[in-house]
Amino acid sequence: MAPAVRLRAAVCLLGTYPALAGVDLSVEEGEVVLLRGPNGAGKTTLLRVLAGLLPVVDGECEVLGHDLRRDPRSVRSQVGLLGHATFLYDELTVAENARFWARAAKRTSADAHAALDRLGVEPRLHGVPVARLSAGQRRRVAIAVVAARQPRLWLLDEPHAGLDASGRDLLDGLVRDAAAAGGTVLFASHELDRSTALADRVVTLAGGVVRHGGAAPAARATEVVHAP
Amino acid sequence: MLRDAVLVAGKDLRIEGRSRIATNQVAPFAVLILVLFAFALDADRGLLTRAAAGLFWVAVLFSTVLAVQRSQALESSDGARQALRLSGLDPAGIFLGKAAAVAVQLLALQVLLGIGVVVLYGAGPSGALLLVVTALAATAGLAAAGSLYAVLAAGLRARETLLPLLLLPVLAPVLIGATRAFEAALEGAPGMGWDWVRLLGVFAVVYVAFGTLAYGSLLEDA
Repeated sequence: MAPAVRLRAAVCLLGTYPALAGVDLSVEEGEVVLLRGPNGAGKTTLLRVLAGLLPVVDGECEVLGHDLRRDPRSVRSQVGLLGHATFLYDELTVAENARFWARAAKRTSADAHAALDRLGVEPRLHGVPVARLSAGQRRRVAIAVVAARQPRLWLLDEPHAGLDASGRDLLDGLVRDAAAAGGTVLFASHELDRSTALADRVVTLAGGVVRHGGAAPAARATEVVHAP
Repeated sequence: MLRDAVLVAGKDLRIEGRSRIATNQVAPFAVLILVLFAFALDADRGLLTRAAAGLFWVAVLFSTVLAVQRSQALESSDGARQALRLSGLDPAGIFLGKAAAVAVQLLALQVLLGIGVVVLYGAGPSGALLLVVTALAATAGLAAAGSLYAVLAAGLRARETLLPLLLLPVLAPVLIGATRAFEAALEGAPGMGWDWVRLLGVFAVVYVAFGTLAYGSLLEDA
């Protein structure tokens, strides 16, 4: 079976700056991979490249069997990206946001409500405009929106940020269930203990290249990140 | 594509309904233009009546700039434009939906301005069919061209000031055509107006077609 993600010497430029300077990475379907590295290592850029939002200007980049350089739009509909932004409309209610994005992804309103329930978004909040939510509640809704899409590839950038303890547990459960169902998860995090326990493998980025990739328990004990 | 268009138009109109920017800012702005012209030209009320059609469409034109800017601003909050790119929505559907939502707002605004023109300028409503068809054709062109240029300017740093410079010259044919058609209707000679309506129709068809084809690429660069 082809890997869910296969990058070979992938280069992505932000202006003239090589945010990815030749990334080699292969991720199998059903794997949960933690991306770690210092600020500016290229983690967020890598996730955005895999979502088809930033172009690869050199190298090879295949995601879910599609060549990202030729056909990024085919990948996007199968990807769920949780970024630093929540992608929510302030004026719409929680339920309206969830339903809109679910229906945009050809899912149903029932999928949207199931995802909100899964993330512990209380029914009393469903009719509340997103602008009135706390940052943590907003984050939960954003994760629910991603979950409602039922993506094949989950790309999560600092997913635990802003969540309380129960929210973090719910998120970890969601990631494990997604992987058990055959989904592939790449997530970037600085919270090493929780994230390493969640991941099957840890990949370390620094200076826009992969410095290290290995099994999670070994990586936790031995990995050292060197700035370029 | 149409399903996606309905979804996006419904979303935009719901947001506008909640934010009330169209009703509390755009509509008063348009009425203010009519009032200011009334102040400026009041010494010669006959001139106001004769110029009513042109002043009506100038007010609509300026309001169009605000409406399409607002329509794109919805997608700049909290990464929504990126989410649209990731959503799986057909870009042509997004374009049609956003243009349709702008068109609905502009039509509602024109009803309000129409009342204003009658009250302030003393223009008598006549040639109703020509007025309605002109308004529909002109609005389709304004909304389509406006939505297209708004996404084109969305990625630019000085978009708020650049959009009017880009858009107003493009919309000049609509201003001319709609004004002439309205003048024909108000003067009781609707036969002369239908040629202008055809021009407005061609403008609308061209921009709807172009937007449907090009919006995806423009959204990528926004």
